[in-house]
Amino acid sequence: MSDEYDNNKTYQAQSSETMGGSAPASPDMDYVRPAEIPDQELYHGHSFITKWVFCQDAKVIGVQYFLTAVFTGVVGLILSWLMRLQLGFPGAAGFMTAEHYYQFVTMHGMIMVVYFLTALFLGGFGNYLIPLMVGARDMVFPYVNMISFWMFFIAVAVLMASFFVPGGPTGAGWTLYPPQTILPGTPGAGMGILLMLVSLSLFVIGFTMGGLNYLITILQARTRGMTLMRMPLTVWGIFTATVLAMLAFPALLVSAIMMTLDKILGTSFFMPTIIQAGEVLDYGGGSPILFQHLFWFFGHPEVYIVALPAFGIVSDLISVHSRKNIFGYRMMVWAIVGIGALSFFVWAHHMYVSGMNPWFGFFFATTTLIIAVPTAMKVYNWILTLWRGNIRLNTVMLWCLGFIVTFVNGGITGIFLGNVSVDVPLSDTYFVIAHFHMVMGIAPLMVIMGAVYHWFPLVSGKFLDEKLGKWHFWFTFLGAYSIYFPMHYLGFIGVPRRYFEMYDSPYMTSAVGMNEFISMAAFIVGAAQFILIYNIIKTLKVGKKAGHNPWKANSLEWLTSTVPPEHGNFGERLPVVHRWPYDFSVPGAKEDYITQTTPPSEVVHTEVEKT
Amino acid sequence: MHPGIIFFLVILGSVLFHIFTPWYWTDIASNWGGMDDTITLTFWVGGGVFVAVCLFMTYCVFKFSYKENRKAEYKPEDKKLEKILTWATTLGVIALLAPGLIIWNQYVTVPKNALEVDVMAWQWGWQYRLPGKDGKLGTTQVININDENPFGINLDDPYGKDDVMIQSDAINLENNRPVKILLRSVDVLHNWYVPQFRAKMDAVPGVVTFYWFEPNKTGEYEVLCAEYCGVGHYAMRGSVLVQNEQDYATWLGEQETFSDLIAKQQDLVIGDTKLAQK
Repeated sequence: MSDEYDNNKTYQAQSSETMGGSAPASPDMDYVRPAEIPDQELYHGHSFITKWVFCQDAKVIGVQYFLTAVFTGVVGLILSWLMRLQLGFPGAAGFMTAEHYYQFVTMHGMIMVVYFLTALFLGGFGNYLIPLMVGARDMVFPYVNMISFWMFFIAVAVLMASFFVPGGPTGAGWTLYPPQTILPGTPGAGMGILLMLVSLSLFVIGFTMGGLNYLITILQARTRGMTLMRMPLTVWGIFTATVLAMLAFPALLVSAIMMTLDKILGTSFFMPTIIQAGEVLDYGGGSPILFQHLFWFFGHPEVYIVALPAFGIVSDLISVHSRKNIFGYRMMVWAIVGIGALSFFVWAHHMYVSGMNPWFGFFFATTTLIIAVPTAMKVYNWILTLWRGNIRLNTVMLWCLGFIVTFVNGGITGIFLGNVSVDVPLSDTYFVIAHFHMVMGIAPLMVIMGAVYHWFPLVSGKFLDEKLGKWHFWFTFLGAYSIYFPMHYLGFIGVPRRYFEMYDSPYMTSAVGMNEFISMAAFIVGAAQFILIYNIIKTLKVGKKAGHNPWKANSLEWLTSTVPPEHGNFGERLPVVHRWPYDFSVPGAKEDYITQTTPPSEVVHTEVEKT
Repeated sequence: MHPGIIFFLVILGSVLFHIFTPWYWTDIASNWGGMDDTITLTFWVGGGVFVAVCLFMTYCVFKFSYKENRKAEYKPEDKKLEKILTWATTLGVIALLAPGLIIWNQYVTVPKNALEVDVMAWQWGWQYRLPGKDGKLGTTQVININDENPFGINLDDPYGKDDVMIQSDAINLENNRPVKILLRSVDVLHNWYVPQFRAKMDAVPGVVTFYWFEPNKTGEYEVLCAEYCGVGHYAMRGSVLVQNEQDYATWLGEQETFSDLIAKQQDLVIGDTKLAQK
């Protein structure tokens, strides 16, 4: 490899070890392998368009992803308000028909899972943080990265367009189960579903471009000294999630293509012989369950595509704000990788009562409960990181604590649903709704919010207002908890999900009050999110300046040449890494943190166990 | 207020809510009490872990909140502790999985004496078919379905002629007799679900799926469709009346068989021809 490159450049890069002016006390002690490849050349945009619109800087692309995802999230939030209005106060909104209700349910689900959470964690945080955290100047394929965002943007535009076509958006439920998805009994079975399938396909194509970038950047563009086992857990989480995405999204893409063919050309991949309204349709021989297998082969890893980056990010936030290393780093890394691998062997736990061969139940229940073990280890390690820490109870930490409570709650209810025979009475009820909102809605949202408060000083150079942040947190945490905690009990009563109205079913009469309460809480939680938007606007105008490394963190993203970091991130010389990012409160050190770039010779009296 | 106090109150509130909740499962009316027991067991184990983890977290928040002059402990790993926690969790998981799998084994093993009930679903309604005197259901095909043959029974199948047809969304079942529900759908996915029986399974067009239960409490129960099936999903209800042996036998005797239906239709045809001749 190395002889492809000019020798001079190699020597030049090698000499950068002596950066910072302080010559190492002992060359052996501070040894970092020489650079094998020359520094990356970047394309710098000059016009407004190339700097901010068709931009190749991963940081700008990250912010673009973030803002677009937040826009879809606000749409999803408004849809959830409309749903809760109908469920809490049936008939209160005059325009609300069953068709509309099911369209809102479907769009809310698909938007929140794919266009909001996935895009935000991988497209948003991934783009912004990966190059900064591994010490690269940018992603390895900046141009492809730019196209990736614009594919996502078009996918969102196509999705939103479906609100305005004849028949409206699809109302097939976010799982899009055939045959009903493309038959007239379902709202939006004409244009609506086609636009949904096209939008999903575009999303997968765009996302593959981004994903390849994340993977290759992490594998090939780490700075010198940044071994895999010195990477922040945020990078490990995003890396593993991206691997999952690369393997899982193709299943979604092919099922979307097959369903499009069933719809347009009348093929029968998923369509058996069907009689509708007394007429035999032109289909025959297809399997609706095949679609469910394909969908959940994507759909279950998808849960971890959202969860693993959240796991990684929250580990870093807890560590920084407890002034303590993450407990059991190696265990945490292997747990992320293990959960990622196992997530491909559990998909049919969404299908225990789907009519697949019931003997599958034994296998999938076992694999599902095995996944609980590494997940539990992660939880233990988070709380053991708090143990004997020096915990800053700031807004960031509050979001992390809120994450632990909601994630453990949602994880435990997952054990109910994964345990095949316990799932039988609970599946397709509100227990499921409560479970997955708690574990993959609220818990990752807590991490997103914590991450926003944590990294905002890096992105903008200013601190978000703490007081507003705390109000935002308590409204969101207490409100969301009082939405989803009681909702489990609706599931115990036996209330099925996706019901436009319950009429006077004997099970439901006792729960009318609870439904009203949940709806009120949902309105408040939704409204509370505008505190954040106000906080951001206010901070950008009059916020307190943050300066370099305001949280006294160790990882590279805080060690950029300027704040906010400019294009190229690290000024003239790339940083050289000498240790893991968790050297907090090291005995013998003057400060309670040692940055990753600090060579051993500068902290000679410390007793470092792991580097 | 110290945030730890609020977190503590949230945990306390969750426990109290669970103890005093007026909303809990409906009175069970089938043999699947084991499912309820496993749920209760999972509540004890899982709830215990939830409370323990959250209380530990709250304790840390109180005890180790930031002080300028204190330094956090430096301890990257503790292999022994991690090993203990891994094994304890594994044991807990096995304790929950084992009863789950045992009951699943019962769920997929249908007793030999179970009465087969053909539940046919469409957008948006149900109808039912019971075996006649021969104790066997005739085979069916979707394309056979028409006004004269509402269940699509294969006309050359001798088992089909005496099948009892219930063209209504209401069905009666005999108390303490196991039932094997055979589900089929002529259009999209459905799911025949009675909360009090706990059991459910999707009806999938193109295949016949099944599950079984044994009703053990007489009374009338509402049937709900539990798999989204289009815009009428929420209105797709039915009902089950569980009766003692005698009442059930009386009810069964009043029901029409497939051959009755054919005969009636032939009478109609003959009547029509006579009318035309006049």
